[in-house]
Amino acid sequence: MSRTGLIATGIACAIFALMLLALYLYNHQGILVILVAAIGIAGLALIVIGLMKQKVDGEPTGKIWSWLAFALGVLYFLLPLLATFEFSVKIRREGYTFDAYSLVFADGRFQASFVYSLVIGVAAIVVGILLVVPAAYYVRLRAPHLRPIIEFVTLLPLIIPPIILVFGYIRMYNSSSILPLTNSNLGTDALLTLAYVALALPYMYRAVDTGLRTIDVQTLTEAATIMGANQVTILARVIFPNIIVAVLSGAFLTLAIVVGEFTIASLLNRQVFGVYMQNVGANRAFEPAALAVVSFVITWGAMGMIQLLTRFAPKTAPRNT
Amino acid sequence: MAEPFLKIDRITKSFKDNLVVKGVDLGFNKGEFVSLLGPSGCGKTTILRMIAGFEKPSSGTIVVDGKDITNLPPNQRKIGMVFQAYALFPNMNVAENIGFGLKIARVPRPEREARVEEMLKLIGLPGYGKRFPFELSGGQQQRVALARALAPRPRMLLLDEPLSALDAKIRVSLREEIRAIQRELGITTVFVTHDQEEALSISDRIVVMNAGNVEQFGTPFEIYNRPATRFAATFVGTLNTIGATVDDAAAKRVAIDGQVVTIPSLPTSAKKGDRISLTMRPEAVSLATGQLRDIVLNGTVAEVNFLGSVIRLKVRLGDNAIDVDTFNDQRTPPPPHDSKVQVTISGSDILVLGD
Repeated sequence: MSRTGLIATGIACAIFALMLLALYLYNHQGILVILVAAIGIAGLALIVIGLMKQKVDGEPTGKIWSWLAFALGVLYFLLPLLATFEFSVKIRREGYTFDAYSLVFADGRFQASFVYSLVIGVAAIVVGILLVVPAAYYVRLRAPHLRPIIEFVTLLPLIIPPIILVFGYIRMYNSSSILPLTNSNLGTDALLTLAYVALALPYMYRAVDTGLRTIDVQTLTEAATIMGANQVTILARVIFPNIIVAVLSGAFLTLAIVVGEFTIASLLNRQVFGVYMQNVGANRAFEPAALAVVSFVITWGAMGMIQLLTRFAPKTAPRNT
Repeated sequence: MAEPFLKIDRITKSFKDNLVVKGVDLGFNKGEFVSLLGPSGCGKTTILRMIAGFEKPSSGTIVVDGKDITNLPPNQRKIGMVFQAYALFPNMNVAENIGFGLKIARVPRPEREARVEEMLKLIGLPGYGKRFPFELSGGQQQRVALARALAPRPRMLLLDEPLSALDAKIRVSLREEIRAIQRELGITTVFVTHDQEEALSISDRIVVMNAGNVEQFGTPFEIYNRPATRFAATFVGTLNTIGATVDDAAAKRVAIDGQVVTIPSLPTSAKKGDRISLTMRPEAVSLATGQLRDIVLNGTVAEVNFLGSVIRLKVRLGDNAIDVDTFNDQRTPPPPHDSKVQVTISGSDILVLGD
């Protein structure tokens, strides 16, 4: 890290430590003193290391402001999260405990709703991949003139609010319609899955399309075709393995959306994680905070997985075009 | 003569209103190495892609080994192809790339592995099977692409400018390697290039193309020495063109820069006073130091380019300038700049080109 980076991070740590100190003065939780000391010392150390570091020639001094702005931005996002976390561990008067988490994890409805959300999420991912990968591939290969239209269509779920979407679905697939999906549990699950596919479409399509842009789709297809491969083989053995990272990042985005979704599931009367969170939130104080942290960890875990996966992306040779 | 192995019969191709291949007839023999040579946009790649099946001819037929394949999908044609951009599958290692076609054809594993090893040896990369394409140089990648195309024992090999993306030195060594492998396997090969030197050096026969038409189809020797059209003459090799005026059509005499000479190949249709173009290769012209040929012209040395084994002189003849190639002679230095020289040409080496 550069000199200014070290100093700015140190300053941010120091500010953070001061905030924790204020929190300690307010509620006298012993653990906070340790945190204040640890983060404060780390911050001071960073500042000292930064100051001692030889100034690199030509390093713009104005950089410290951008680092500071970055550090403040990080604090802006982290503080509410930290406050939520702090609240979630305050369930007992005696001090910080993870009892709220234990209560939540022990709750049968939590397990059921979470597993249900995961299953629906995985189903939405599978359907999404089967729908989007061949479509994006076909558009790139044979119908590039359709791309603007396809892009617009995939953006529609962002324009149409989920509440409108779900009312439309209920109207289309209710018990007195031609395709009464809402009549059975399985039908409603399928409808929910398809709704999530639609909701995740903008992200899935863009992720896959970006993946396809990194490979020479046409030449690879032709090379495989001339060796006797058919379209399905080409998609499965040549195209898909080369865009797997992009597909997975689309998949994790889908998962992140599904885990937090409330509107559609609630109106279709499905007990997903989001609906459970809302229920708990309406009746309890500390558990919702714990749930918020859990759902945040899941979302960030999914994002972290995307980052991790990009490291395993198949490397393409530099193309001479 | 026996029926050609690959027969292209009055083939045309248009993209919307743009006619890019205009009724081409070609016949290639079995085991022959044929180059399609021409500037970009001449239709050579389109013809190759029609042979491969990636483009459908607007009219005409393609027959391979007596069987009409015009409407056969590309994956059933049993043709190998090498692309300019290598097109190796990035997710597969070298062995998997080479074995891809065999896997598709459901060749049993032991047989497939043996064939992959054999191909790796053929391209001079044994032990490279486990490497991934991104770990190879451009030349190595293209050799793997060649092995991949040949592994399923195709009945024909198509090469779409396979050397264009490589640097000059690799290009020369790889083209020799491709030719050697092609000879060893005796596989009918169609090679697309815009590089005339490349085409001349490795082909059995060359198809010179321009604007969707075949200008000439012949051996490199014929194409170079007896170009059939003005385009073929100017596109392949260096060509001197000098303006002349017909002096006496019956006696086949023309005037070049006021000097009257006899041209045996002067067409009978020429009339006195006509402006015509005479063309000849630089190596057909020599300095008149010893033996004189039927035409001797006086000129001035305008430029001396020492190219090593060959010296190229630019000799000015009034308004015209011609290139003269002479072999380097250790005992005789080239004439100096601005010196007066005589050049001599055999009348039979001169082509009178119509437009």
